[in-house]
Amino acid sequence: MSSTVRVVLPAHLKNLARVHGEVKVDVEGAVTTAAVLDALEADFPMLVGTIRDGVTKKRRAFVRFFACQQDLSHESPDAPLPESVAAGAEPFMVVGAMAGG
Amino acid sequence: MSGVRVLVGTRKGAFILTSDERRQDWHVSGPHFAGWEIYHVAGSPADPDRLYASQTSGWFGQVLQRSDDGGKSWAPVGNQFVYDGVPGTHQWYDGTQRPWEFARVWHLEPSPTDPDGVYAGVQDAALFLSNDGGQNWQELSGLRNHDTGPSWQPGAGGLCLHTILLDPSDANRMFVAISAAGVLRTDDGAKTWKRINRGLKSGELPDPDADVGHCVHKLAMHPSRPQTLFMQKHWDVMRSDDAGDNWYEISGDLPTDFGFAIDVHAHEPETVYVVPIKSDSEHYVHEGKMRVYRSRTGGNEWEPLTNGLPQENCYVDVLRDAMAVDSLDSCGIYVGTTGGQVYCSADSGDNWVAIVRDLPPVLSVEVQTLP
Repeated sequence: MSSTVRVVLPAHLKNLARVHGEVKVDVEGAVTTAAVLDALEADFPMLVGTIRDGVTKKRRAFVRFFACQQDLSHESPDAPLPESVAAGAEPFMVVGAMAGG
Repeated sequence: MSGVRVLVGTRKGAFILTSDERRQDWHVSGPHFAGWEIYHVAGSPADPDRLYASQTSGWFGQVLQRSDDGGKSWAPVGNQFVYDGVPGTHQWYDGTQRPWEFARVWHLEPSPTDPDGVYAGVQDAALFLSNDGGQNWQELSGLRNHDTGPSWQPGAGGLCLHTILLDPSDANRMFVAISAAGVLRTDDGAKTWKRINRGLKSGELPDPDADVGHCVHKLAMHPSRPQTLFMQKHWDVMRSDDAGDNWYEISGDLPTDFGFAIDVHAHEPETVYVVPIKSDSEHYVHEGKMRVYRSRTGGNEWEPLTNGLPQENCYVDVLRDAMAVDSLDSCGIYVGTTGGQVYCSADSGDNWVAIVRDLPPVLSVEVQTLP
């Protein structure tokens, strides 16, 4: 089964991926953080390594994942995302943490 | 008509400054990669339109950009810098051992003969090579696996490999400098490396004869004399005439011998430039005056170059990669500051003008001499 997930990127990563506004990615099977990022990196290879480590897949320290007004950053990357994200009603948000100047 | 292209990396993007050989009227493009730290931008000697840029962010990590049209357009290439094998450990600030961990690319050194060949010096200190235009990177791990590797420790800016010098007379010889480990040389194409720190004295080290731990800030070489190396160390300006086997001090009559940048005149192998910085605790030019110092005697005797540079209320720094020379008949010298100025002298340092005054803090300056 395929789901179309809306993803909101921070400004720097939009510029890097050369996109405006939200992007939509098709996710096969269970809609998890890892699956969404896999699909995102497949569509936009220049984002590999910028959200999570390219090898270990560990989330970069100053990147956060929000959806449905929840901070999902510390959830397992293999945990299912909220149904409304999988249904495309709510976006999955990649956020640059507030840090520095 | 020939000209120059000055490649400027700043804390908030890259800028490209171009001019004809008169170097009076400049076109400024940028910021490229706005908002990102651009540690270094370098052009290929084999194809001047091939440029590489190290784009980094504390949030989003390392991106490598490549241009095939002299900086008009760019595309991201490979950013996977994976240490070869089990990375092992190096010394951390508190004396404990810490695993090698990639942070960023400090310096890019394109191959003199192959536009697709480029070396990268990275933090934590290691040397990488790409032979496919930056798409894929392979660590040359003979360096990091040197038997002194576990004793390397970071300087204030991190454990960074910031200088790569390729010997134009010997394809198997290369020099690298690491803060704060010192200088190493390979004579076999990066398979094995030799420490070349004899003669360096660092008051910060308890052992006066220490061979590891020197905070070497930058090396420079004239291509016609690859046996002669010049060094700006944390403190001390040094020289070697035997490819680094032995060093001796040439600070001479400099007002202070702390600094970061050093370079050599394009046509005069004994003419050297430095920018003295007040001290390791006050990272700005001495006495509030922006002065580039030139020695026409290979060191020891230095003259301040001030014409066109601010001589009061100036408190900027010039970082290690922020000085460059062009190879036009009248050699041009370029200096970028943490205050956002890029100064140019089109006459070997006698007279200076600011090409730009208000960029973000400048991290690096390179110049290409265009046909």
